[in-house]
Amino acid sequence: MIYEVFRQERKGQPFQHAGSVVAPDEAFAEIYAREQYARRQESVALWLVPREAVHEIAEFPDEFEMKYRRVDGYSIKARLHEARERAGTLDMAPGAASE
Amino acid sequence: MSDRTDLLLALADDELILGWRNSEWTGIAPFLEEDVAFSSIAQNEIGHARALYELAARELGSTADELAFDRTPEEYRSAALVELRRLEWARTIARHWLYETADEIRIASLKASSDMEIAGLAAKIDREEAYHRMHAEMWVDRLLASEDGRARLEEAIAELWPYALGVLDDVLRPELVARAQERLGRVLPDAEPVPRGVHEAELAELWEEMTSVRRSAPAGAQW
Repeated sequence: MIYEVFRQERKGQPFQHAGSVVAPDEAFAEIYAREQYARRQESVALWLVPREAVHEIAEFPDEFEMKYRRVDGYSIKARLHEARERAGTLDMAPGAASE
Repeated sequence: MSDRTDLLLALADDELILGWRNSEWTGIAPFLEEDVAFSSIAQNEIGHARALYELAARELGSTADELAFDRTPEEYRSAALVELRRLEWARTIARHWLYETADEIRIASLKASSDMEIAGLAAKIDREEAYHRMHAEMWVDRLLASEDGRARLEEAIAELWPYALGVLDDVLRPELVARAQERLGRVLPDAEPVPRGVHEAELAELWEEMTSVRRSAPAGAQW
């Protein structure tokens, strides 16, 4: 069995993929993950996920090259500001209170 | 030497020598994950040895390094179980489990010691040993689950049993017998314990290798 290991470096931080361990069952996987990804106090928590529990999505067809869906090339910030001004929601924008 | 330092050195020597023996698997364990785990356990054991040597050294006016490396092989107080060179996985796991089982009994008695320094250090060591025991127990579970595995484990235990009995004193030894019998589900034969301090020839070989750096730089190697 392959177990994917995610580790959290500090409390409150997101778990990030660290690698994987091969183990015959969960008990072995726990020991191996502990020794490989936490023995130097580099993690405060680990997630162990059997690889088959991971649902991977890796196909994203873009047959018609709809460039207009992509954000590159747009100056979002200025347009968003204008749109919010028109709608009267400028003071509700993220970060507005601190400005 | 007081009973206290004698006790500390016996425990420290066990941990140092077993740590060394277990580290002989580094790079050649059956698979990568086990290699990393077993090497890490070996490093822990050596860390425990250092802490125990430091406690003994304070009383003896010595240092941990001097105690670990500057004694002659005959002066070590280790049990023969940890000295055996058994570079074969079933025996290694059997030894690991027998040692951890015996060590748990010994550590529990030290945690109850009226000597606060020893009790405190024993509690600290025990928090790491808990994971060593987890590792040993899961291997025993796995070996006992198949016919081939059980046969290999039993064969190794039959060979190592008199050595395992020698890890503990007369007071604690019956507890080891009870636990091992319960775990294996059978009565283990009476055996004469191999006494502590009667060294296997393999210890001299290990000592040669282990102390070679120290002897080549008597003033102390700097890392």
